[in-house]
Amino acid sequence: MLYTLLCYNKEDVVWSWTKEEDDAVMSRLSVVHEKLVQQGKLGPSLRLLPTTAATTLRSGVVIDGPFAETKEQLLGFYVIDVENLDAALAVAKELSAANPTSVYEVRPIALYVPEARPNAPKETVKVY
Amino acid sequence: MTDLAWIHGALTAARPQAVGALLRYFRDMDRAEEAFQDACLRALKSWPQKGPPRDPTAWLILVGRNAALDGVRKQAKVTELPPDEEISDLGDAESALADRLDGSHYRDDVLRLLFICCHPDLPATQQIALALRIVSGLSVPQIARAFLISEAAMEQRITRAKARIAKADVPFETPGPAERAERVAVVAAMIYLLFNEGYSAGNDPKRAPLCDEAIRLARLLLRLFQTEPEIMGLAALMLLQQARLAARFDAEGEVILLEDQDRSQWDGKLISEGLALVDKALRHNRPGPYQVQAAIAATHSRVPRAADTDWTQIDHLYRALERMQPSPVVTLNRAVAVAKLEGPAAALAMIEPLENALSGYFHYFGARGAFLLQLGRDQEARIAFDRAIALANTPAEAAHIRRHLDRLMASADKPPVMNAE
Repeated sequence: MLYTLLCYNKEDVVWSWTKEEDDAVMSRLSVVHEKLVQQGKLGPSLRLLPTTAATTLRSGVVIDGPFAETKEQLLGFYVIDVENLDAALAVAKELSAANPTSVYEVRPIALYVPEARPNAPKETVKVY
Repeated sequence: MTDLAWIHGALTAARPQAVGALLRYFRDMDRAEEAFQDACLRALKSWPQKGPPRDPTAWLILVGRNAALDGVRKQAKVTELPPDEEISDLGDAESALADRLDGSHYRDDVLRLLFICCHPDLPATQQIALALRIVSGLSVPQIARAFLISEAAMEQRITRAKARIAKADVPFETPGPAERAERVAVVAAMIYLLFNEGYSAGNDPKRAPLCDEAIRLARLLLRLFQTEPEIMGLAALMLLQQARLAARFDAEGEVILLEDQDRSQWDGKLISEGLALVDKALRHNRPGPYQVQAAIAATHSRVPRAADTDWTQIDHLYRALERMQPSPVVTLNRAVAVAKLEGPAAALAMIEPLENALSGYFHYFGARGAFLLQLGRDQEARIAFDRAIALANTPAEAAHIRRHLDRLMASADKPPVMNAE
């Protein structure tokens, strides 16, 4: 079974950590990451930039800032590799055209660690 | 069990909003600060046992208000608030209460708090010292260290600044849109001053927190004013400059110029954040000086090697900046791009008329010396470098120029040059 673990915290606190504090947390996490890699259990993992760097596409309108409503729930996400924000928004608009009631928050990634499972499937895996 | 470091971070993060809200209730800076201190002490007692409340800021506002009201209840006609023990366990009720207390006010609370520090009667250094004390919550000894002055002198500076703003009319009514925009601009300028205070200090670790703090305040301002392209530009500009910190000085603490920096040492996370904000700002199509400067920094950040720098783009951006904010310093900066595009003679001709305006400016003589050196006019270069050293702001700047001079002397020593002078 594949799972996504979503990490939540107070962003203003985390982004105020000194480099030493940040490094300390990252090195504690890397111990866990390393173990998961050894066990062949770790898929891609990533750290997002703060919500101040986010842009949101709702009903065709581009809004500065993160997705801020509590009425909708997180249903899925994409990782895309594009030139800049305009290109990312163009992708979001295509997705939105195919799925018009959904909202897309476009958030740049600070750190991307690729798939580490040696026998990771190359094809689509339907888990349900 | 709650990590003390986490609590400390949460208290610091909550500070601007909590002190801002308490200031709105009490309309007195000292009382607001005391109330916040009280609330923090209670948090340090209560949170490690009970765990942090879901909304630490709301908790601190309520508890701080309660603590202060204990002392003034007789005079004040205020609704009773629940005691701390209840507040810390309130859960959902607590956030509802916080909404009622704060609602749409909190944005203007934080802005007001920042804006008070920017009072026009206060000299720039007092503005940023006050912001560090009141908004960031740095201690007087911490601020004194960053400004390289004694604690007693800093204490006095802050006390004076506070006395001055206490007498001034603090605008408590909700600002209109034009007024709000004006306040945001004033606050942005103060934040950039704070950043430059740390940045120009070079590699002094005592002053480094100034840059971090400026970035933290810019992110805070950006969370409050998410659609302001100039605030995006300001944050991006500082992030992109701060990203180069590790590469700006060599092991001896000497300055390494942008084109000689080891770009692998640049902080990729800060660069991504800066570039993301530049992209966001550009979409608004409302350029301003911070955005243009951020775009210049971004042009450097985007290329892995100095040789790939798009100088045409940089020249173009400096031209835009010259139009928005004409200043000899901007023209001097553009001359560096012109030197790359058209050669040192064109650059020198461009900066020569600036000499009067920039006669006290280190970078003018540094650049002039460098252009002359490239033209082989060693004797004149030496004179320019000598003046630059006399005007250097930090030992690192002086050392950097001295290296040019040493090289000049060395080359002058070898072949016996016939020189009329």
